[in-house]
Amino acid sequence: MSRGGDDADDAPDFARNEGEFGSGEVPPEYETEESVEEYKTTAQRVVSVLKRDKLALAGAVVVVAFVLTAIFAPYVAPHGPEEQFGFMQEPMSQTTGDFDSDGQMETVTHYLGTDSFGYDILTRIVYGAQISLLVAFATVAFAFTAGTTLGVLAGFYGGWIDTVVMRGVDFIWAFPTIILGVGVIAVMGGLGWLNVVVAIGIAFVDDFARIIRGEVLSIREEEYITAAEAVGMGDGRIMFKEMLPNAVSPLIVQATLMVPLAILGEASLSFLGLGVKPTTPTWGLLIAGGRGFISQAWWISVMPGLAIMVVVLAFNTLGDGLRDAFDLSEGEVN
Amino acid sequence: MWQYIAKRTGHAIFVMWMVATTVFVGLRSVPGGPVRAMLGQEATPEAVARLRADLGLDQPLHVQYVDWLGGMLTGDFGRSITSSEGVGTLIASAAPKTISIAAFGVVLGLAVAIPAGIIGATRRNEPADYAATIGAFVGISMPAFFIGILLAIVFGVHLGWFPVVGYTELSEGVVPWLKSITLPGIAVGLPYAAGVTRMMRSSLIETLDEQYMRTAVAKGISSRVQLYKHALQNAMIPVVTIAGIQLALVLGGSVTVEIVFGIQGLGRLLVNSILERNYPVTQVTILLVAGIFVFMNLLVDIAYTAIDPRIRYGGEQS
Repeated sequence: MSRGGDDADDAPDFARNEGEFGSGEVPPEYETEESVEEYKTTAQRVVSVLKRDKLALAGAVVVVAFVLTAIFAPYVAPHGPEEQFGFMQEPMSQTTGDFDSDGQMETVTHYLGTDSFGYDILTRIVYGAQISLLVAFATVAFAFTAGTTLGVLAGFYGGWIDTVVMRGVDFIWAFPTIILGVGVIAVMGGLGWLNVVVAIGIAFVDDFARIIRGEVLSIREEEYITAAEAVGMGDGRIMFKEMLPNAVSPLIVQATLMVPLAILGEASLSFLGLGVKPTTPTWGLLIAGGRGFISQAWWISVMPGLAIMVVVLAFNTLGDGLRDAFDLSEGEVN
Repeated sequence: MWQYIAKRTGHAIFVMWMVATTVFVGLRSVPGGPVRAMLGQEATPEAVARLRADLGLDQPLHVQYVDWLGGMLTGDFGRSITSSEGVGTLIASAAPKTISIAAFGVVLGLAVAIPAGIIGATRRNEPADYAATIGAFVGISMPAFFIGILLAIVFGVHLGWFPVVGYTELSEGVVPWLKSITLPGIAVGLPYAAGVTRMMRSSLIETLDEQYMRTAVAKGISSRVQLYKHALQNAMIPVVTIAGIQLALVLGGSVTVEIVFGIQGLGRLLVNSILERNYPVTQVTILLVAGIFVFMNLLVDIAYTAIDPRIRYGGEQS
């Protein structure tokens, strides 16, 4: 990528930057420092959003609480995920029995009731948080990686690469998420969390690709990229070490807004029986498990549904706050 | 304007062709091949050969592709593996149910979202705005099938106003039909309404801040109603876009909501066909749902010519 023709225009600008750049040569250490500093400002901006926007702060607190719950599920959950009690106990009801086999009778309280198998619903929701959040984060990470790589390549090289990538992006965009996910599951021909990650993740690749491509197109014209080319940096290094760190804020915001969609997508696939394997407690499966009992035991479906709602709401308020802070338009996010 | 419509139509056809080709290639790249996946590992070679011939898989790939594409275009969709019914028959019985639910959802969604968004924008930071904003936030945070279950519990089981299970054909009367799609329709309509409300509100707020709105006041537009009408015309453009894109939410939502209400629509058909590895049904259902979505978005694009004079008078930018 030579830009010899631009030299004449750039010359005065380099002269102006002389003091900042020293000798005019850009030492690699300096570049590293630059990107670290940019990253810090992103973090600082996030902190300032949370200080100012109480709704986003509340969202962040709930998100952190859910993540901790998922990580420490065995300690948080009142019972084991496979422990069985009385069937379809109402919320706040109690079961008495010898559950830890020490010869003594204990009374345990089911804060959210038990389901049709006698599992404690609160326990299953806590363990379900593990799968649901893991799948959601993995999905977004997958879409982030694939989308960013494609978008950077498309924006940097342009030409036929750009055309092919953007046609593909148009195509993905033309599909309802669930239908695309269901189709991918059909082709991959099996259940399992990795399939779910790919199935839902593909639908989000286009959002990341679009955003980063736009960013790269504008960054490509910056002087420090010309400088990086002038000192003979390779394309790969320019793309991922120079451009990416400067375009990361909108991607982070987008990722925050994609996590709730991934949670909803995973829940929908699980609910359809096309998610992870049917015995694993995910939120979608828990809701599906209670569907047949809504007239006798409404809580079996409603409680995990509320869990989904609360965590998705929290991610949405957080993401909305971040979007306002980074000044992205509504259109870019859908 | 006609050039614009032709271009959009061409794009829609191109996208559908890509979808069809992807489905064609995708199902032929199922691990072990679709016939093995359908019949299982123990199938006799004769059975495999018969099904391969039945599906045309013994032909060279380019012949298969032309035959297949021709079949899809002329309505020859093949046969279901499990029931030996024509796929066309299955689709014909399932599609009206899904379309009824989706249409109910869209009409309800727009009927709620546009007034709610306008109220939010014109009475900013008043209680009505807060109610609309919070409602929309909750709406985008609930999966359609969960809303369906809540509605079924409250209005079906406890109040008994609507049926909880099943679908009544339109031919059996308008009222029973409406009753059978009301709860599923609301379930798919609310998340849709939430998304459109948010767009309507933010778009109208943005428009009200524009310079030309001040000019309009300066020129002597007297009533607030006239002012809002003026703003609304401009604010509607992004709303229409979102209303089209979010149809994906309605179609995807109806797949899960059909399961909640035990309705044998396209969603049910799709999921069952995948679980049974009934690929002839899977491919047509996916194509149909994608086709509905692409077609609706084409209509949205054409609707621009009515609301955006820049397109009506020849420009392409929107």
